[in-house]
Amino acid sequence: MKKAPFLRSYTLFYLLFLYSPIILLPIFAFNDSKVVAFPLAGFTLDWFREMLSDQNLRIAAKNSLIIALSVASVSTILGIFAARASVRYRFPGKAPLMGLIMLPLVLPEMIIAMALLVVLLSLNVPLSLFTVIIGQVLITTPFAVAILTSAFQSLDKSLEEASMDLGETAWSTFRLIILPLVMPGIMASFLICFTISFDEFIISNFLGSGQPILSVYIFGQFRFPAKVPSMLALGTVLVCFSIILLGIAEYMRRRGIAKAGGKDSGGFL
Amino acid sequence: MAQTPGSEARTGLKLISPTAIYVILLLAVPLATVLMYSVMTGGRGNVSLPLTFENYTELASKSVYGYLLLKSLMVALIVTAITVLLAYPVAYFVSFHVKPERKSLWLFLITIPFWTSYIIRVSLWFVILGYDGVLDKTLMALGIMDTQLNFSSYGIPAIIFVLAHAYAPFAVLPIFVSLEKVDRSLLEAGQDLGESRWVTFLRVTLPLSMPGVIAAALIVFIPTVGDYVTPKLVGDGKQPLIANFIETQLLKLQDFPQGSAFAVVSMLMVAFVSVLFVLANKRFIGGQK
Repeated sequence: MKKAPFLRSYTLFYLLFLYSPIILLPIFAFNDSKVVAFPLAGFTLDWFREMLSDQNLRIAAKNSLIIALSVASVSTILGIFAARASVRYRFPGKAPLMGLIMLPLVLPEMIIAMALLVVLLSLNVPLSLFTVIIGQVLITTPFAVAILTSAFQSLDKSLEEASMDLGETAWSTFRLIILPLVMPGIMASFLICFTISFDEFIISNFLGSGQPILSVYIFGQFRFPAKVPSMLALGTVLVCFSIILLGIAEYMRRRGIAKAGGKDSGGFL
Repeated sequence: MAQTPGSEARTGLKLISPTAIYVILLLAVPLATVLMYSVMTGGRGNVSLPLTFENYTELASKSVYGYLLLKSLMVALIVTAITVLLAYPVAYFVSFHVKPERKSLWLFLITIPFWTSYIIRVSLWFVILGYDGVLDKTLMALGIMDTQLNFSSYGIPAIIFVLAHAYAPFAVLPIFVSLEKVDRSLLEAGQDLGESRWVTFLRVTLPLSMPGVIAAALIVFIPTVGDYVTPKLVGDGKQPLIANFIETQLLKLQDFPQGSAFAVVSMLMVAFVSVLFVLANKRFIGGQK
């Protein structure tokens, strides 16, 4: 490894730029002033108290949790089906079907949301948390498929054949051999879909019919200067929360690769 | 373990069917509906026959639509260029100058901001750059400025700045992956043959990493061209881009046919630019041989 002082300091500056707004979160969340500006005015926990006593915020957080847990479960299950089928079997129409499943990755989210909304309105389906869930699943499933495909690809096919030769059925082989081996991939997919869903805004906003959902609620509150400090407190909590979840996802991913005997090629996407 | 091709195809289809049915019903059908609405007549909240291309001729005849599409395209392309240019040295540093066992840690540090709430990141810029924002108040409190800079009212430049920040981490990973694939012995060969390090970079590393650069450009371009939140918050809502305009047409004016036609045209524009990127990439790979 050659030393590259210029590149190194550039990268550190880049990281500083990436983190600059996030660094402000804890600074002003504990700052004892309604005015969000330097110089700081002293330490307080008031904003966290205000955040905890906000009734609407509680409802929004509960709704977001319901949505994110449902979305993560459904898209991980749909992802298992699609990833297993595409890795293991050849069948007619595979390329167009997989293309359609992965399409939301290359389509502006607004268009997906509007297309779905137009159909729901035409069919007189009332908008609810349920419609948010079915919309978000479209967005998160491609991520689940991508993560699970690499998990299924690193499986050794001979393990499966050995199990079948020893008299297990296809289902019991799946349950006893394959599932435990891809479990870290499943966990990683669940956590990443959960995180994406929890942060998602466009579908929550347009398919949710004004139900309080965390991202939509935050978006609305930032317009009122008096609400900003407690939103910064909420942001601080959420950032810690995402870092913990991602740490777990990354750990699962590495363990999965180690289990399958592969080499770490780094990164999520 | 011999499986006939027929039974393999059946098992495969059966296995993929839950996911396939889901996306056909909830993605393909809605997109087809939008396509159908775009050639129908209708006004507030309803659509009817006869079929017509009037919605499209309307789009072509009024300059406001073309201006909006072009503006969104330019914003997205500028953001893409900035993001990719800023990300390349970072990816290069992590790939070439970081010890293999430390690479994951660096990538993890770069991706964390991307996984933290997008709404909060964008809203924070609003708090920082907006009227009475952190930047202005701090500058005034320190006596550096005596009037508000109010950068967020600068419209398009502010939108570009915030988007470039929001999608920055997207660009590093694909470039990093392609740099990792560059055969290090080629670089040694180049330098052994007397090329300077800079020339080796231009003639070997950069061309070989182009697929990653193009992938990064696509990954940034697609979400930025359809971004809804940033123009709404940072541009003071006065500089609507495609997504904001679709909202106005479909939801506020309830003009389903016209809104659908606009959605279809913007989808085609995104697809067209994406195909150009991919073709550029193919050409690049072809030129290598």
